[in-house]
Amino acid sequence: MSSAIPATDGRRAAWRVAAVREVVHETPAAVTLVLDVPGWPGHRAGQHVDVRLTAEDGYQAQRSYSIASAPEEPRVALTVERLDDGEVSPYLAEEVRPGDEFELRGPIGGWFTWSARQGGPLLLVAGGSGLVPLMAMLRHRRLARSEAATRLLVSASSPGELLYAGELEAVEAEPGIEVVRTFTRRAPDGWTGFARRVDRAMLEAVAWPPDAAPHVFVCGPSGFVETVAGHLVALRHDPDHVRTERFGATGG
Amino acid sequence: MPPISRGFRRRQRDLPEGARLPPGQHLVDDFPVLSAGPTPHVPLDTWDLAVYVAVGESRRWDWDAFRALPAETVTVDIHCVTSWSKLGTVWEGVPVDTLLADADPFGAFVSVECDGGYTTNLPLEDVTNGKAWVAFAYDGAPLEPEHGGPARLLVPHLYFWKSAKWVRRIVVTEDDELGFWETLGYHRRGDPWREQRYSGD
Repeated sequence: MSSAIPATDGRRAAWRVAAVREVVHETPAAVTLVLDVPGWPGHRAGQHVDVRLTAEDGYQAQRSYSIASAPEEPRVALTVERLDDGEVSPYLAEEVRPGDEFELRGPIGGWFTWSARQGGPLLLVAGGSGLVPLMAMLRHRRLARSEAATRLLVSASSPGELLYAGELEAVEAEPGIEVVRTFTRRAPDGWTGFARRVDRAMLEAVAWPPDAAPHVFVCGPSGFVETVAGHLVALRHDPDHVRTERFGATGG
Repeated sequence: MPPISRGFRRRQRDLPEGARLPPGQHLVDDFPVLSAGPTPHVPLDTWDLAVYVAVGESRRWDWDAFRALPAETVTVDIHCVTSWSKLGTVWEGVPVDTLLADADPFGAFVSVECDGGYTTNLPLEDVTNGKAWVAFAYDGAPLEPEHGGPARLLVPHLYFWKSAKWVRRIVVTEDDELGFWETLGYHRRGDPWREQRYSGD
């Protein structure tokens, strides 16, 4: 807990106007919004932002979203998963078009972050849209030309719901990196990989041994994170090396 | 003027009669979990709670002694810095006032230390005079580990990261020594009604 850098340097973090440059449909339920944010102070891989929407009648709503882009990229990208009973995520995932503007504040969070300077090994475990901040780390790894030994275990309900599926194929072609997918509801025809929820045996097969003292980042729905972090501790990973970020069903 | 989000409108349901939400918050019905690391699981027979009121003056309770202290049932609204609020949550806990009874605290702040290494800082006046509890039950049942069980601090008038899970030590301090999230850019005090989310707010 010593890598403490105040997220806002003690100054009030300003709300900035973000302009949507591009909308990328990642899966049926998730879009990536690529944003121009004048005055953006930069971020570290794994951090998030607060987004604030203002309705015509002045009503405002704000939510937190993970940053998907690497610090090295010129624009800030957020990947937003639509929650059907949500207030903000359906708007961001369905209504927003290039040219639209909304407010954004951040970056926020100084704990769930990885920098190439920290090196490896790096173990990333993602459930569903928990992949978003971990993708920022993978993109940072690539753009910083890091060769940190890295393993990503990602759980998705089906191939069609796996975020960044094409990019992950490119990621696993990079040196020093392994990508392991597991599909919990429907796997592709002929699939020989994992097809179940992440469990202890799967983590034992994929994770670095505890002696390797990997930097571990686990992100996903609360139950997923609880299970994965619990197994990792049971497998004798140092709890101090296991950093978690959870989102609830009503984050939206 | 903030930009208007064309087509965005309120989809949040109306608040119950008499209820209020701090600025920037929205209602949830479930109970999201936030924690920075794995959930610690400490057996009750090794659990204790200690309060350090001054140099050389501390009090300590094992689980049975803690549970023998007079407890209160409180119904409170809770507000998370990630913008969710939950109304009318029911807790059972020992008032911090009881833990500090007849003490002459050495300083005006407390540093709260937890299993798993989490810490948070509060002014003493935010945890006394009926404003804070060490809670061991939620909604009529023992507090689940992922929600901070066996016992967590409950300081409902501040953002919920101040209600430290898995509390084990409450240390009175002379200075306001920043805790875990407070060191990482979150606000020193965290009053939701003043929207003190991050340092500088």
